[in-house]
Amino acid sequence: MIRSGAWLALLLLVAAPLLVVLGMGFGTSSPGVPPVIPPIGATGWQGSFEAWGLIFADTYYLDAALRSLRLAAITAGLCLVLGFGMALGITSAAPRWQAPLLALVLLPFWSGFVLRLAAWVGLLRDGGWLNATLIQAGLITEPLPLLYSEGAMLLGMVHGYLPFAILPITATLARRDPRLEEAAADLGAGRWTVFATITLPLAAPAAAAAFLLVFIPAAGEVVIPEVLGAPDSVLFGRAIWGEFFQTRDWPAAAALSTALLALLLAPIALYQRLSVAR
Amino acid sequence: MRRFALILGLVFLWAPIALMAAYAFSGSRVPFQWGGFSLRWFVALAANERLLEAAWLSLRIGAAAATLATLLGLALGWVLARHGRFAGRSIFGVLTGAPLVLPEVVVGLALLLLFVGLQAMTGWPTQRGAVTVWLAHASLGMAYVAVLVQARLAGLDPALEEAAADLGARPFVVFTTITLPLIAPSLAAGWLLAFTLSLDDVVLASFVSGPGATTLPVYLFSQLRLGMTPEANALAVVMLALAGGLGLLVWALRLSR
Repeated sequence: MIRSGAWLALLLLVAAPLLVVLGMGFGTSSPGVPPVIPPIGATGWQGSFEAWGLIFADTYYLDAALRSLRLAAITAGLCLVLGFGMALGITSAAPRWQAPLLALVLLPFWSGFVLRLAAWVGLLRDGGWLNATLIQAGLITEPLPLLYSEGAMLLGMVHGYLPFAILPITATLARRDPRLEEAAADLGAGRWTVFATITLPLAAPAAAAAFLLVFIPAAGEVVIPEVLGAPDSVLFGRAIWGEFFQTRDWPAAAALSTALLALLLAPIALYQRLSVAR
Repeated sequence: MRRFALILGLVFLWAPIALMAAYAFSGSRVPFQWGGFSLRWFVALAANERLLEAAWLSLRIGAAAATLATLLGLALGWVLARHGRFAGRSIFGVLTGAPLVLPEVVVGLALLLLFVGLQAMTGWPTQRGAVTVWLAHASLGMAYVAVLVQARLAGLDPALEEAAADLGARPFVVFTTITLPLIAPSLAAGWLLAFTLSLDDVVLASFVSGPGATTLPVYLFSQLRLGMTPEANALAVVMLALAGGLGLLVWALRLSR
């Protein structure tokens, strides 16, 4: 009974939408409402490869894909390094401080995602807080073009995704047996040796999961690049968003979504393996 | 060294938020410019009817989505933890975890296309709006609840439930008197997580919503493109105060037990 209900929820809310997206990539865009002719109609197959042809017509979308993957990897790498350090800091604090420290890490995220982006805009724009402060301090005379750049976008991405990296690593490090590190230290290992031979291998699966947990959504991120990134920097998520909301080419948006899923299939499968193993 | 990374990270996380909180009390019309102490942006916030309407809609959708997500996530986590090996278990597991890792722009487009297709075939949903956003948010939240519930169930001592059954309790009674109270913390955490996800979502709501059902994040996102007033800072202070207050309340309740 419960299992049938659970299957129904999964098929309806997870599997069916994905199948529809895969299929709609073979639909034909048309000026009606909705602006698409589905690939299978009353008379059977009526699909086309128009959308896929469009995607591979030139290197526009390929460039977007490569740019997205590169920025997602940088974001995930930065989150992993900073998140690992913070997780070590939290788990090596006195036990009664650990929960408050974790709360201090999570509380900023209840200020609202869009509002945090608004704050970055207000801080980084030409007449913004940072430029005004630097000019007042006499360090610069002309405002620096900080906003609408790759740097601003990365700042916003790391700020937004950092907890995804901190949480799994903290959970794993908190469960580690402190006697392992003590034993290594007693046997004469230095602090770095203890870290490299005991702590790091213990946390490696969680660190890999943390990297993927940031990398995968970051590769399809829309809102942060839209608000902080350069307007001409085309990314995968923005391309899908633009095809749907601006061009109103639904088959192209669906085909791009399929392509993004295909690119992310290996990282997603790896993440699922890691989270099952833990 | 360990402290250094933690302090650096906390400063990075909190810097923009601390500045937002400080400048929420500035009288200047330009965000992040000091114009003397003033509460005018809190007053403006309280008078902004479109924003309040969007916030009220978001709170209702968030609560409803979190509740549905908790029920569905409980079923998913239960099946994964308690049904052993059954036909299709690996597909079941992959589908349960999928919303956690699929890019939200793909999920948003996929759900919209499903709703459009369903409407063409069955006539439902007659229009897109609060109901479709509710279902979209529930589909995301249920994955988080499932993970939490499964982990909690896997960590339970089976002797507790066996003892109740040995003493003659029927399965339903065992579930309500033993299992449910033991997994309640994970259900509460899952509900809160699903609620937060719903309250912060721009992408799914942009895809599946229709005219007349603008959630708070979607409204703020559209305002952000036009240029934001310091009202945003005031709103952030209100939200942080609510979240911090709720957090302190939970903490105090746990201490008093």
